[in-house]
Amino acid sequence: MNHLPLIIKREYLTKVRNKSFIIMTFLSPFIFVGIFALVAYLSSLNNDTNRKISILDESGLFADEFNSTPHTQYKLLKNVSLEEAKKEAETEEIYGLLYIPKTENLDSLSKGITFYSEDSPSLSMMGDINDMLETKVNTLKLKEAGIDSETIKSLHVNISANQETFKGKETSKLGSGLKLAFGGAAGYLLFMFIIIYGNMIMRSVIEEKTSRVIEVIISSVKPRVLLLGKIFGTTLAGITQFLIWVVLILVLMTVVTSVFGIDTAAGSPSQQIIESSVDGGTQQVLHDIMLEINNLPIANLVVMFVLFFVGGYLLYASLYASVGAAVDSETDTQQFMMPILMPLILAVYVGFFTVIDNPHGTVSQVFSYIPFTSPVVMLMRIPFGVPLWQQLLSVVILFGTFIGMVWFAAKIYRVGILMYGKKPTYKEIFKWLKY
Amino acid sequence: MRVRGFSIQYIYTLQKECMEKLLEVKNVSKAYGDFKALNNVSIEVEKGSIFGLLGPNGAGKTTLIRIINQITMPDTGSVILDGEPLQPHHIKYIGYLPEERGLYKTMKVGEQALYLAQLKGLSKQEAKERLKYWFDRLEIGDWWDKKIQELSKGMAQKIQFVVTVLHKPKLLIFDEPFSGFDPINANLIKDEILKLRDEGATVIFSTHRMESVEEMCDHIALLDKANKILDGKLVDIKRQYKNNVFEIGLITPNHAATSALLKEKFEVFPATFKSINDELQYKVKVPDSVSTNDFVNYLTSQGQLTHFVEVIPTASDIFIETIQNN
Repeated sequence: MNHLPLIIKREYLTKVRNKSFIIMTFLSPFIFVGIFALVAYLSSLNNDTNRKISILDESGLFADEFNSTPHTQYKLLKNVSLEEAKKEAETEEIYGLLYIPKTENLDSLSKGITFYSEDSPSLSMMGDINDMLETKVNTLKLKEAGIDSETIKSLHVNISANQETFKGKETSKLGSGLKLAFGGAAGYLLFMFIIIYGNMIMRSVIEEKTSRVIEVIISSVKPRVLLLGKIFGTTLAGITQFLIWVVLILVLMTVVTSVFGIDTAAGSPSQQIIESSVDGGTQQVLHDIMLEINNLPIANLVVMFVLFFVGGYLLYASLYASVGAAVDSETDTQQFMMPILMPLILAVYVGFFTVIDNPHGTVSQVFSYIPFTSPVVMLMRIPFGVPLWQQLLSVVILFGTFIGMVWFAAKIYRVGILMYGKKPTYKEIFKWLKY
Repeated sequence: MRVRGFSIQYIYTLQKECMEKLLEVKNVSKAYGDFKALNNVSIEVEKGSIFGLLGPNGAGKTTLIRIINQITMPDTGSVILDGEPLQPHHIKYIGYLPEERGLYKTMKVGEQALYLAQLKGLSKQEAKERLKYWFDRLEIGDWWDKKIQELSKGMAQKIQFVVTVLHKPKLLIFDEPFSGFDPINANLIKDEILKLRDEGATVIFSTHRMESVEEMCDHIALLDKANKILDGKLVDIKRQYKNNVFEIGLITPNHAATSALLKEKFEVFPATFKSINDELQYKVKVPDSVSTNDFVNYLTSQGQLTHFVEVIPTASDIFIETIQNN
């Protein structure tokens, strides 16, 4: 009698039909996008505030430097004393007062500049003002030293060494970033997935105990089959929810950004990088990206991503299942959460620190075989080129450990039912494993 | 046609399979850590009988039942079902209603019953037909789409009973089947169990309700502290446990004198039973040397005998006496 499909079906259907599951599946994307839109709206609102800044420039050097922007208006004061200017700024609700004293040389000038305001001014605005002053003083100093600033600019060079493998393939710096981005994204996705759905599996394993249906069930089904069915069924429900989320969020994001005209990428680091590289030559960058994508072992990556993602998830799912098998109620599970998450966090850290440093170093290699860290670490290593046999070995270890964990959890489960809350010793657990 | 409460079919089955064993548990021991749950226990259950597995709490009954259900394995000893050592495929021949029982709370009654039936190896179609039969029979057909959490405890118990017997198992194991039922439903379930027995099923029955043991069991085994301390046909055990005590009612000219006389001659205990006469009421233990006829003759010589009953120990008496002596 093969009960596994039957159990998977029941687990899947009860999860998917559950009211709170349905509500969360369709509500979460709205909440997520809603929060995103709110944050975007609020930050735009924040920037909209119009600041007035008065400038008292006694040196007379900076008169042309301050150009008003939509968010900040500069007002040059003339023929007033510092005290009067301060008083005026306070009464007329002016955000701040920039005071530039008249001094004998530029060095003492740079030390004498002061910004007065009601409270601490915003960091970004101070940065802007400082930059402007700095550039101007720099130019002035260069002039003082008799150097033309145009000459300096023309002397500046940008060097980026061409990279090529011994086999003659062109590579680029961009490639390493791309490879890391792929591994990092895969690892992060796995991490999120485990955290969101691991608990669901644990609760599902406890379900039979709290509803006391367990004895009827295990008189017809082997605990191992039951646990496997629960893990697979819940995972399928999780994947269903995850896919719905991805699709809904993408659709909603598109709608929200087009309707409200929010520039999603504005000011994000990636945009800045692209902008700065545009200066260096768009053609070159695009060429590099295409080159690197072509260089990546795409088929290998996709297959291994699926295998490691599924394997890694199942392994952690079986860990959660063991916890569920060992306890009687959900309140007892809290203490077991940390030991489960530790190896996962370790994997992410090892991935980010050692693989970046040296993808094929000893530490990276070792961690890409340990089943609890291999899904993340190996996925990060593969883009840099790992022999197929090593990848396969790691996959085999991963799935083998998963089967072992389920077997272990099933033993615990069977014994957990029979022990009536008596706390077992390690010696006893070892004996039970032989039943 | 029924003869003395047994159907003709049952008597026929009895004749044919009288000594045939459906289940043999041989020298089974089981320990959890240092705790001994079963110590060298053997039982034999005849086909078509109702076997009462009795014992105080913690005696090892549930462990034995779990071993029969292959939920746990014995440390030593073996279990033979229908001539074969217990194997995984045997689970479909056994229907088990555990004492600690529940159902998936959020599932609908019908779905759940179908699921559990399919786990026992029935096809969906088959399960549906049989469920319809049982639901109509117990008049619970309109519960099909209800969720378990909407049902009362007794209602849920009915569903559990149906699921237990649905796959027509050869061996039915009921652990406290009547708990949670009102007297009407308890009777209904009792009649269903007897009917299943008449149709050829063998029943192992574990309960603390001695009156149902009295009514239903053909054979009992008594477990205490992991050991089997009593085993046999209920009538044989009763015969063995009766100790020549008779309950008597006697109208005499002089109650006090007769009382004194009886107390001198026999071991006498006070007794009370309902009567319309003003009479002496006693339980009297008659020595083996005195035949019942002689005793009756003696009593009639003393006065008018209005009441004479042999005191047969109840299952409850046997239970208490045996456990206390152990």
